[in-house]
Formats: sequence, structure tokens, C-alpha cells
Amino acid sequence: MAQSIAAQPTPVKAPPFIRVEDVSKSFGTFKAVDSVSLSIDKGEIFALLGGSGCGKTTLLRMLAGFETPSSGRIFLDGQDMTGIPPYERPVNMMFQSYALFPHMSVEANIGYGLKHDKMTDAARKDRIRDMLDLVQLSQFGHRKPHQISGGQRQRVALARALARQPKLLLLDEPLAALDKKLREHTQFELMNIQEKTGVTFVVVTHDQEEAMILSNRMAVMDKGQVKQVGSPTEIYEYPNSKFVAGFIGSISFFDGTVLSVAGGLAEVDVPAFQTKVTARMIAGLAPGMSITLALRPEKIGISRDRPEGVNTLPGVVDDLGYFGKDSLYRVKLPSGTVVSVNSVNARRVAENERVAAWEDTVWLSFEPGAAILLKS
Amino acid sequence: MAADTSAPTFNGRLQRWFDVRGWSDITITAPFLWLVFFFLLPFVIVVAMSFAKSTPTAPPFSFGADGRLLNFEGYQRLVSDDLYIRAFLTSMKNAAVATGVCLLIGYPMALGLTRVSKSARSLLLMMIILPFWTSYLLRVYAWIGLFSTKSWFNRGLTSIYNAFVPQDWALNSIQMMNTNFAVVLVMVYSYLPFMVLPLYANLEKLDLTLNEAAMDLGSRPFRVFWDVTLPLSLPGIIAGGLLVFIPVSGELVIPGLVGNPSQPMIGRVISDEFASARDWPMAATVAVALLMILVVPMMLYTHFDAKAHEKKAVEP
Repeated sequence: MAQSIAAQPTPVKAPPFIRVEDVSKSFGTFKAVDSVSLSIDKGEIFALLGGSGCGKTTLLRMLAGFETPSSGRIFLDGQDMTGIPPYERPVNMMFQSYALFPHMSVEANIGYGLKHDKMTDAARKDRIRDMLDLVQLSQFGHRKPHQISGGQRQRVALARALARQPKLLLLDEPLAALDKKLREHTQFELMNIQEKTGVTFVVVTHDQEEAMILSNRMAVMDKGQVKQVGSPTEIYEYPNSKFVAGFIGSISFFDGTVLSVAGGLAEVDVPAFQTKVTARMIAGLAPGMSITLALRPEKIGISRDRPEGVNTLPGVVDDLGYFGKDSLYRVKLPSGTVVSVNSVNARRVAENERVAAWEDTVWLSFEPGAAILLKS
Repeated sequence: MAADTSAPTFNGRLQRWFDVRGWSDITITAPFLWLVFFFLLPFVIVVAMSFAKSTPTAPPFSFGADGRLLNFEGYQRLVSDDLYIRAFLTSMKNAAVATGVCLLIGYPMALGLTRVSKSARSLLLMMIILPFWTSYLLRVYAWIGLFSTKSWFNRGLTSIYNAFVPQDWALNSIQMMNTNFAVVLVMVYSYLPFMVLPLYANLEKLDLTLNEAAMDLGSRPFRVFWDVTLPLSLPGIIAGGLLVFIPVSGELVIPGLVGNPSQPMIGRVISDEFASARDWPMAATVAVALLMILVVPMMLYTHFDAKAHEKKAVEP
């Protein structure tokens, strides 16, 4: 995964720039956001990740001031935001639909927020030009929003939101309306612009890859609650629940029972494997506990011969798919359980030359550190 | 039905025409014929009549009676006789005031409609349309009752008026019947839905995220309205304005029933020339002039609007 691209969060011991304190929001009987507490540091790109209806957008709208929390408080740079209307918050938002004013030119859109700031016309013009340069749209200032492409509109929306130099920029699904190619390019552009301006970004997205690439840290949300907060690496490699593990990337779950615990490793009996396997310990495990063992497809090795190591399982190739850069194998264990294995095609293979073909007997193996133990 | 290619029969060709463009041709032709017979033809007759000479015949006009085929007497009278000019001015003034008041009352109504819940919205829309279920004439007569000096409406207005003016100016009742005030009031009452409905249709389509965006960028609610909602609702304002202004400027019944007889509006003039004076050519002349006054600005607007759109589309 590409999480290494994002800079690692620097441990800041100063009070957090944004503090969400036990915030809940109900619409009638429906709890959209349920006791959420978060701390976001200055200059971070923080992602709120979750499926539709998980409350991420409601949380974003509460940060912008469009919704008021039913309970709890939000602090921005030490200031309590309760009761402060959107037009008085040092916060700007980039809307999912961009919400560009159709009757105004690109320049007028970008300059709209500056009308309220006390600045000379020349300074305002300079600022608009700087923003156009920042998003590389200097040629398009006089166009109307409907006369430019989707990607350009997205950049106008970004420039407009950044023009007032907000303390916090909220981005609602910033890349959702772009096609795949443009999305990849724009991701990096967004990160560059964030780096240049130093503005704190909070990004709402349902796309796990987008969250992983863009953010320094992210919160995975489900049913109004924050399930886990951490860096992309932490979330991917050390999920704390079945939900988080299953939401990010693909993964297989197996039920098991802890047999013994020793030296940072746990021996787990997994009926589906018809054998015991060794996995890295997590806190609070004791022999006899039932747990879930989770394995990501790319962390399982596949070979024709039985490899050395602790966790080896025999199986038969049930199905396979060739994707070019990697191949996906679905291997049936003697118990009947099917395990997905992803193997990178590191060298060029000849036609029909593969690690294994259909109905071949193969051996699966994984490191103790590769398996994720989750309390059921 | 595949027609024989060597010798296409009439039936085969008909079938082919029907398959390829029959339905679209028919759907275009039907309303086109309707417009030709019930709008264009009568209009041509009226225009022709405006150039005829009034004669004591039946029908009371003829061409070439005094040796000239075209008679411009009507148009000369139109610009020289200040009866017509005054009637036009009264009509335009009343129509403009009525349209303006309709906009001032109708805009908040339409905006309010877009902001209430779905169920309340259909109830309120129903209430706006409901008066149409009663005869228009009946509703104007109802106003005559309200204008009379002894009605609760008149007494209420009188006491409000008296509360605000010095004692010497106090009135027993306000003279409302047969005034321009009454004409404009009833016009506003009658034509308000024609303003509200197109405005509502326009405002309802507006994306509320734009309002949020403006607010997010530092605009207070009124500024949001001024910068975003108002300019984007301009097409609705124009549509509603035309729908009120055009029928109101030719209005006959309202000024006839509650208006000041010494200050006739143009609809009344046309009617009088036609029915009482039996000067059909003059009636036709006034009607053509009214149409020109109403249609020419509209055509210019449509022309420039289309041009502006064209320019937008051509720009890369």
C-alpha cells in the first residue's frame, strides 16, 4: 500500500488544534453522530472514513456550523464553536458538488469570500491571482463554471475555499466526482497544496484508498460512532475490530480459541485450518478465549512445496485470477474453507506458467506477525 | 413493412414515412395548425382591419371606400388623440404597479413555499390555486362588496387611516370604489398566483448548497439571498412578471367593474370602440398597438437572451 507517501504524524504535545468533545447529533429518533470525541492537530490531513449513513458528513457539517450538535462541544484553536454561525467561523468547506456560483465567473467565485474581508481592491485582485496560480487556472479566470471541465471546477472550488486563508478546510468527498485517472492526479495535487498552505484539512470520504493516501491520520466511523483513530498504517495493520479490519482492504476471518500464550505469541486453534497456528499477541488474551483470526490475502505465501515456518496449511487451488501485477488464488483447505491469497507477480511469467494452476495442491504459509487477532 | 424497392407503392411509401417521421411530424403539425387558425389568422384579420375604413355597412368596415386601399386614419388618431395615449399610460402604469406589488408579495410567498415541509407545501400550493375554483367574475364582485363604504374591510382600513392622521383629516369612510387603487388591488389579488407559481417553480430548482457555500464564505443570510438566490431566480421573476403584466395591461373586467370610468384603461377603449362606437378599424388599431407595446420588448428580450446563450455555447 502507498501509506508511506503520507508523512508520519509528528507527536505534538500542544493542546489539539481541533477538539471534538463527546459530540452527538440526533435527527428525530435517529442518532446520526453518537458521542464522538476526536483531536486533530494543526497542519494535519485528517480523514473521516465510513460508509454512507455512518455520520461522517453530519460531523463535517457540525464543524462547518451548518448543523448544531445535540450535545457535546467543538473547539477550534482553543475557541468554543458552539453557537457560532458558519459565516463567522474561520472554517471553509469544499462541497462535494463544488457548489460553484453558476452566475459568477471563476474569478468572482474565488473572490466571493474576500468581499467580506477588509482589504483593498488591489490586494483582493492579487489574492485571486495567487489562488488561480495555486490551482493552475490562470487562463480561466473569466470563464463561467459551466465552461470548464469537471477537474477544473474541482480546483476552482478548492481555490475558493482556500482564498480566505481558513484555519480549517473541510473537504466533502473531494474526489468523488472525478474519473479514476484524474482522481489519482488530484490526490497528489491536494497533498501538495495542503503542504504549501499549511491549512489543516479534514476530508470526508467513503473511499478507503483515498483516505489512506491523503491522510496523516483517519477515523473509521460506523453507525455514528468512531471505531478507530490512527495513522493509515495503524488502521490497516492493527485494526482493533472486525468492522475496521473488514472495512479497509480485503481480509478473511476465521474463528478460533486461544490455547496458550507465551513470549508475545499466542497459539490459536482454528477449526477451519484443522490445526493450531501461532499469531502475535494482543493485550488481554487468556487461554480458552474465543477470538477471531484475520488474514489479509497479500500476507499469505503460496508455494508448491511445504515451506519452512510455523504456520503452514495444505490446500487445493479452487479458483485463480490473473490481474497482471498480481494474481488472486482461492485455495480450498481440507475443511472446505476457502482462503484468498494474493501473490505479486514479481517476475515475468510465460504463458500458462504460474505458481499453481487449478486443482493443484499447494501450501499456504504466513508469519505469526501477519495474522491479526481480534477479540470476538 | 419492407416496401418493394423496384416499384414502391403509395401504401408502402406512406408506411415508410409513418415509420420514420410520422409521429414527430404529426405532433408538430397539430399545434402548428392550431396556432395558424386560432392565432395567426385572426391576428392577420385584425391587422388588416386596422387599415380599413369605418363605413355604415355590415360588417362596419370596407377597403378602398374612399379610393385608397389602405387607410392610416386610425394610426394617425392613435398618436394625435390624447384619449388613447392617456388610456395607454393608465394601463401601463396600473399594470406596472400591479406587477410590482405582485412581485413584492409573491416572492416571499414562493420562497416560503420552498422552505416548508413537503406536506405543508402541497397544502399551501392548494390554497394558492383554490381561488381559481371560483368564477373570476364572482371574485371581482366580492371585492365590490368589500369596497363599499359600510363593509368591514372599508371600516377597518378607515379606522387604521384615522389612527395615523390628525383629527382634521379623519374620514367616515375611504372612497375605494371606482378608483385606480381598487383596480390595482383587485388585479394584484387576481393575478398573484401567476406570479407565485413560476417563481416557485424556479426557486424550487435552486440548489440550497449554493446558499450554504455563500454562508460558508462569510455571507449573512440576507447577503446570501442578495448574492445567490435573487440573481439565480431572475428567469422566474421575468416569467412571473410577463405572466402578470401582459394580461393585466389588457384587462377589461376589473377596471370596468371597480375602476374609475373617467380614467379608462386600454382594454375598455378597445371594447368601447368595437361595441359602442362600432368603429371596428379603430378598435383593431388600438389592439394592434397594444400588442406591439407588449410583444416587441418581449421579442427583444428573447432575442438578446438567445444571443447570450449562443455566445456561451460557442466559447470553447
